[in-house]
Amino acid sequence: MKRFGSMFAGLLRVAFAEAVAYRGEFIVWFLATNMPLVMWLLWSTVAEEAPIGGFGPAEIAAYFIVTLIVRLLSGAWVVWQMTEEIRSGTMGQRLLRPLHPFVNYCAENLAAFPLRLVVLTPVFIFAAAYVGGGFTSSWAQWALAPLVILGAWAIGFTAQLLIGALAMHWQSAVSLMDFWLGLYFVFSGYLMPLALFPAGLREAIAWLPFPYMISLPVQTLLGQIDTAATLRGLLVQSAYIGGFLLSALLVFRAGLRRYQVFGG
Amino acid sequence: MSRTLAILGVQLRRSVLVALQYRVDFVLNAVMAVFWTASSIVPLFVLYSNRKSVAGWTWPEALVVVACFTMLKGCLSGAIQPSLQAVVEQVRKGTLDFLLLKPADAQLLVSTSRFELWRTSDVVSGALVLVYALVQLGYTPSVGAVALMALLLVSAVAILYAIFIVVISLAFRFVKVDNLSYLFMSIYDAARWPASVFRGVFSFVFTFVIPLALMTTYPALALLGRLAVTDVLIALATAAAFFLAARVVWLRSIRHYTSAGG
Repeated sequence: MKRFGSMFAGLLRVAFAEAVAYRGEFIVWFLATNMPLVMWLLWSTVAEEAPIGGFGPAEIAAYFIVTLIVRLLSGAWVVWQMTEEIRSGTMGQRLLRPLHPFVNYCAENLAAFPLRLVVLTPVFIFAAAYVGGGFTSSWAQWALAPLVILGAWAIGFTAQLLIGALAMHWQSAVSLMDFWLGLYFVFSGYLMPLALFPAGLREAIAWLPFPYMISLPVQTLLGQIDTAATLRGLLVQSAYIGGFLLSALLVFRAGLRRYQVFGG
Repeated sequence: MSRTLAILGVQLRRSVLVALQYRVDFVLNAVMAVFWTASSIVPLFVLYSNRKSVAGWTWPEALVVVACFTMLKGCLSGAIQPSLQAVVEQVRKGTLDFLLLKPADAQLLVSTSRFELWRTSDVVSGALVLVYALVQLGYTPSVGAVALMALLLVSAVAILYAIFIVVISLAFRFVKVDNLSYLFMSIYDAARWPASVFRGVFSFVFTFVIPLALMTTYPALALLGRLAVTDVLIALATAAAFFLAARVVWLRSIRHYTSAGG
């Protein structure tokens, strides 16, 4: 266990250095994630004409600024990395390492967090100034917020591992990711507060993993739900993470049996 | 001119042959494009199920804008982006030299080098959205209105093409610019909405700096017969200006291009 710990710490250090080296691309990714801002403009025009579903201009602003933060903190990209490595055969090098490739990927993703926090500082300051009193005043919610954000990341990360593992069986698995992303944008609360959906549809959406990736953390931070609801959300998150991770491991192992690296 | 068309024809045929080799991917991608169009309409649908009109646009009218956006997106990511993306790769590897040596205009060769034909599904689904919107409106546009919309869409393609040529010209100076085109695509996404939902600074930016309003809202207004003649002239003049400026920028950068490989 101790050996694993020091190995993982080493991986984190390397991955952090890598993330810093590619900071330019990082910043472009941040700038390209401007959808919440466009949505903010759109929905605030709507809310200025008349409040919509209980959202006035101020609530809309708070919702989309926090959505932007949650999205940027919880984004994962492992599926593109995996499918590329499987196709090009560099996966072979990963398989030679003493740790499971998933552990490697996990370290690479986690190591980007400090950098994300740094790049996000202006957004944090803006949010504090602009949203201010809109944030939750409950200490319990603030304590849970990092956990739900981490959970939001982990759902996306494990789902991507699963899709990536499928790429060992099926070349076009990456189109599945497109499908996942499309559903994620619509049903996570990324494009609009889920409260605007009709009630029946909302209940159906609650069974999907997507609302736990944006809507749950955002509502926790804005105090739109109580601590009990956040805790329930954490449970659902863990269930999805466990399910995705387990299936990803199984699919990956089955894939290894038929996977042949070129040039190895 | 006929030579230009001949080159275009050859390049297009090559892309068709490539597409024919990857048939499953072709179908899969086309289906995904339709799915994306549908999912991008959901926010609009939710919005209009709460509201009769937003910023002066009703549901079917806003759908006309979405239709223009989707058709343009098909042209952008099917005919403009892939080949220009390929240039960035060639600059990095140094293989652009071979292309520059060929006895035809380099800009023409570069911008027709790759077409992703499955993107035509975007054009088709955009057209379907358009028909649906017109049926909802109970409005039959005159032939003139349709022709005007087509003209404005073509000028929008010219603007998009010009912006991409400028981005690619940057590749001669700063090699790593494929991210920039990604960034531009994310900004282009805002053109899905009627321009009047954007207020203040953004209304200025989206009309004059990155003329998104000209690209999707103007053609929609033209089809609905609500676009003033002066606006048409402004749109056409802007497109011409963008196109010429891009040509100048391209020629200047190609002159300063010092190859990587040699």
